[in-house]
Amino acid sequence: MSVVPTNVSVVSTSTAQVLPHHTAGLARPVAPGPAADEGLARRLKALACTAPLHDLDVRKANLAGEYSTYAMAEVALAAIDLVTLNMDFDTGADHDQIIARLLLRVAAQAPQRSAAEHERVARWVLENLINVGSVDRGFRAVYGTFGPDGVYVRRDYDFKLIEEVPGPGGTVYLRATDEAVNVLVGALDTDVTSAQIATEVKLEVLINRGRLADAQLAAEQARYRTVQYAESLRRALEATRRDVRAVDWLRAVPDMINEALDHVADRYRHENAILTNIRKARDESEEPEHKRRAAELVDIVKDCIRRHTQLQSRLLEAGPLFRAEQDRQAFAAPPARCGLDLYGQLLAPVLPLPVEQAAKVTGAFFAHGVGLRAPLAVRIGDLVEALLMPPVEREHLGAQMPEPDLVATPEDSRFSEQQLEVALELLDLPHDAPRRLSDLLAEARRHDPELPYLVALLAVHAASPPIGTAYRQGEQRLLFAVDDGTELDDPEFGGADLIVGSALLDAAEMAAERTVEENRR
Amino acid sequence: MNDEREGCATSDQLGADAQPGRAASGGMTAGMTPGMTSADVADASRLVAYGLQPKLLPARDAEYAELIRRHRDDPAFARLADAVAAGLGLVILEVSARAGMALAAAEDSVFAVRMGEYSRRAASDSTDRFLHGLAHLAIAAMAFPRPADLADDGYIGRITVNGVDAFVRQACRRLEERAEEQGENTDPASEAPGLEAGWRVYARRSATGATKDARRLAGSTTGIVGKAVAFLVDSGFLQRTGDESGGTYRTTARYQLQVRDMAGSAAMAELLGLGIVPVADGTPSLVAADGSEDLELVAEAGLPFHS
Repeated sequence: MSVVPTNVSVVSTSTAQVLPHHTAGLARPVAPGPAADEGLARRLKALACTAPLHDLDVRKANLAGEYSTYAMAEVALAAIDLVTLNMDFDTGADHDQIIARLLLRVAAQAPQRSAAEHERVARWVLENLINVGSVDRGFRAVYGTFGPDGVYVRRDYDFKLIEEVPGPGGTVYLRATDEAVNVLVGALDTDVTSAQIATEVKLEVLINRGRLADAQLAAEQARYRTVQYAESLRRALEATRRDVRAVDWLRAVPDMINEALDHVADRYRHENAILTNIRKARDESEEPEHKRRAAELVDIVKDCIRRHTQLQSRLLEAGPLFRAEQDRQAFAAPPARCGLDLYGQLLAPVLPLPVEQAAKVTGAFFAHGVGLRAPLAVRIGDLVEALLMPPVEREHLGAQMPEPDLVATPEDSRFSEQQLEVALELLDLPHDAPRRLSDLLAEARRHDPELPYLVALLAVHAASPPIGTAYRQGEQRLLFAVDDGTELDDPEFGGADLIVGSALLDAAEMAAERTVEENRR
Repeated sequence: MNDEREGCATSDQLGADAQPGRAASGGMTAGMTPGMTSADVADASRLVAYGLQPKLLPARDAEYAELIRRHRDDPAFARLADAVAAGLGLVILEVSARAGMALAAAEDSVFAVRMGEYSRRAASDSTDRFLHGLAHLAIAAMAFPRPADLADDGYIGRITVNGVDAFVRQACRRLEERAEEQGENTDPASEAPGLEAGWRVYARRSATGATKDARRLAGSTTGIVGKAVAFLVDSGFLQRTGDESGGTYRTTARYQLQVRDMAGSAAMAELLGLGIVPVADGTPSLVAADGSEDLELVAEAGLPFHS
């Protein structure tokens, strides 16, 4: 796919103050104001992101009821934490699930209060983090800066902490925004990849030295970065899915996919190594606190690996999707004549405009693009009649359901219960006296001409005995069948003349083994 | 106001251009042709009445199809129908078997839809007015992504509500990145909210929101796009095809005509009035960015729109 040079030029007669973007590329006037101002603005914004959390503790006094026991900022931070960690690749975190997990912490803060109040507090915090009351569902902070001309300007900074995104089937999911992740983890304004590598190395060193408390912190940070990495990739893939022509399919996308796959492979190897290390630390540690921390670490690293695997499967799906879209669009018939380029000539130039001007353009499009509506003409007579008409009574429970007509299904098993019983009795062999299949079949045939089929079936199954199940369920004995190369001589069956026998299992030893294994898990 | 009238004149002309044969044989303002009876006037008016039911197609109604055929074959009848439409304040976009009698409301017609009737909030709030208008523009841009799609009569566009939202959000994010690259402060001054950039208004409005009755949050961007889509369905411009991604829709011939001949040119005229002249040579502008730019972007390298 060739790269088409830009063909849209934007000429503006407005002043540079109104439309700074268009002139900025050519010759931007150097700001005479203090350079530190920008840094100050950045810090002010960072400070503003924490304000909604402090605000919760301030406003809890205004709530009807005695809520001072609850540490609202703590609950809020925990909520952001939960949403960040539960964000999946495709969707976000589920609203109710977050509430349910949040309840544990809320309940711990005031155990003597009712569960209903705990839930009310959890919901209040989450709703305030989304800021349900406002139309944008976000927050706004005002800060001031000196402009390039030395004039002091107050500006609005809009941000969100938790945003609601559409999920499949019209559901609504929660995602933590970049601002929220910044508030939570702090100073994530770095290159995701390099930060991730740094954390992983640090983690490995810490584990090797046995400093698990620090290691856990590092692992958690590594997980946040993993989530962030997946998030930026998700956005990228979503964009490519929308329009094939918006994408450089020749170089940039394959490069990106390869890079991401390399990343996944690398991290996967790395984290598996870490996992082995911590497992060792967990099993060998004597101190319970140490053991618990190591166990937590195992969970975190396992979650990291799960996320990487998920990311990888998405990456593998991207290629075929591109090719299908490419085929569909590239082989369309060539255009007969030129039309208006709605995106390039209208939408793209409108978006950077100030709202006041942009609204004129969108307003014109709206006025001419929505179609027409025939105005209603009502006769007063009809209106009176319609208003006086009694409402139609509706059945509260709806129409009556017909009684379902149930028919007993006929017995269609190949063998009866009784036959199975006889066959099992026949195969209940003493453990020190196995028998040949031919012998068993002959005996079965004496009982019932159908029975050999069932015996043969059970014997074939015994050739691959369910050892795992028997082990887990603590069975005492197990039927097995072995082929020693002898051919079966039978009028109805062919194949190997299996040796069928019972093996005794050591139930006590197995139980002990299982306990050890559970502990390790 | 002046600009709007200009836009209207342009579209009128476009509407007439679409039917050069009739324009040459007398135009819409020709007097009553001799030999026409009041029954013919009733028929011509009935054809216009059919055109006012945008969801009705000639293929589904024998009488409608017959009137369309008569409009094609009988120039005197066609002139009469055109005159009826013009008198009612309607612009004829096309009369054909595929689209029926495609009508658009003239600027001050009783059939025109006003923003205040469309959304009560938009009547008072300039931000909402912009967002509702933008939703309609974005739906059209998504339905006809390439200039050729808009020109090709046989093209059927497909859109989803969530797709339109994501499409605009991506364009907004691209502008945000560009502003960040240039170290520009896009936060609007507190005293002048009207100077806030359009993309920023869209970007900070939430995409969706939980409501008590599990309906779409009306003020969210998917709510706004959803409303626009539902309105276009009632206008006979879109047909619902499924429920995935917030609802999937396909375009009708009428929508293509309306966007091509009316809305697109009106909005372009308005944009020109603001002193902005986007030039295009017919190649799509939704293309890959060139490599040099990718190096500066990390997170979404290779995926941006390029304009």
